[in-house]
Amino acid sequence: MLLPGISACLPLLRALIGPTILDRILGGNVIGTKTTVLLLLIGLLYDDLGMFVDISIAYALLNFIATLGATKFFLRRLDIFMDKQEQEESS
Amino acid sequence: MTILSILAAILILLGLFFFFAGTVGILRLPDFYSRLHAAGKCDSLAAMLMICGIAIYNLQPFSFAALLISLKLFLVAAFVFIASPTATHAITEAALVLGVKPWKRTEKKRP
Repeated sequence: MLLPGISACLPLLRALIGPTILDRILGGNVIGTKTTVLLLLIGLLYDDLGMFVDISIAYALLNFIATLGATKFFLRRLDIFMDKQEQEESS
Repeated sequence: MTILSILAAILILLGLFFFFAGTVGILRLPDFYSRLHAAGKCDSLAAMLMICGIAIYNLQPFSFAALLISLKLFLVAAFVFIASPTATHAITEAALVLGVKPWKRTEKKRP
């Protein structure tokens, strides 16, 4: 129980320090997938898996949609990304 | 200790190992594409193994309700197995279009 929790917290570091925006999206995606599994483990601990399965399905769907949405947004808005990268390269 | 619980323990431990391998890869690898490679493994394979392990463990005192919950769990595993590579592919395509440069051996390691 503790070990998956630690391994779910560590990608947050990548989401915080990630050099590009896409690194942050990637970190968020990985955290979401790990949370899906963590919810099932919490369900095992509480001996009520039937309820937690539904929550974890909803979380998996939400995570998938959020990642696709963020990716498509940054594909459309190329200018934001380019400005960010130029700033990082010049600094 | 039955065969099913041993199988479930093996699956969950394997999933845990791949989770940690993916996490180390995400934190330590030098550039974006190699990080995506590690994250893809940890997303699809590890989550699939752990969910299948939990589903098998849940079948232990066999009943119709437990079977239904396990079926739902396998459905989550199938969804993760389809959705996670799709998300990884979408991120890779965005990185390629936006022009994230791959890492070369001569460069210094990026943060």
